[in-house]
Amino acid sequence: MTQPPELPESTPSWSQDPVFLADLRRHMLKFARLQLADPDLAEDAVQEALIGALKNARSFNGRAALKTWVFSILKYKIADALRQQHRLVPASSLLRAEEDDDEPAALFDTRGHWQSEARPAHWKGPEAALQDQQFWRVFEACLEHLPARQGRAFMMREFMEMESEEICKILAVSLTNLHVLLHRARLRLRRCLENQWFVEAGKPC
Amino acid sequence: MLSCHESTRLLSQAKERSLTLGERAALRVHLAICVGCRNFSRQVDILRRVSRAYAQGAGATDRSEDVKDPI
Repeated sequence: MTQPPELPESTPSWSQDPVFLADLRRHMLKFARLQLADPDLAEDAVQEALIGALKNARSFNGRAALKTWVFSILKYKIADALRQQHRLVPASSLLRAEEDDDEPAALFDTRGHWQSEARPAHWKGPEAALQDQQFWRVFEACLEHLPARQGRAFMMREFMEMESEEICKILAVSLTNLHVLLHRARLRLRRCLENQWFVEAGKPC
Repeated sequence: MLSCHESTRLLSQAKERSLTLGERAALRVHLAICVGCRNFSRQVDILRRVSRAYAQGAGATDRSEDVKDPI
């Protein structure tokens, strides 16, 4: 019977844990694919971020520290790819995307007031949701259901924390259009999260 | 008087730019009487918190939190 080899003193155990690494990689890939249309670019960004982390394995003696770091590198890689893509994509293919920027249907009545079943309810326990794996799967599904440009605008703003001017440049839209995209994305996303997570069926009015 | 649609538009834009005094005043009046928009206002903040957490890897599994690595 062979003993597992002794780890060098400062090698953190996570770097030897294939289950942890595979799981981390899967989530990084999900995060990248939500934002990059080209799966190869997403794959490259994840690969580079992970290789960087493994090279510096000794700097992280906890999994949380590693995860935070590796995601911050991944964000840089994705931001770079988004800027590059913008330079490659012809403007005509951006224009064709207009059609998916429709107003979320049936949220407001003709005077602009909430339809009663669409009125935002009180959300219970948003902090607890952050600790719940099921919640994150719902969050990802809701993001995937956003019309493409609304989703891209939202993720550049809220994941990448890009300023409006930069997002306008990448998406080739005016500031007014960007505000419309983000408004619609937030209306849709909050509705999806409310229906799928925060409010149980049969909510009181 | 702002409609709910206009209120949510301003509440969303407040995440990208500072609202004018006039916009803020109109919004305050509307929020004072509209529970739906008050909830929306909180939820826009929650969306930001949730998104930032996700972008820091919160969606990845943490079996047994942060396992202390033996030193």
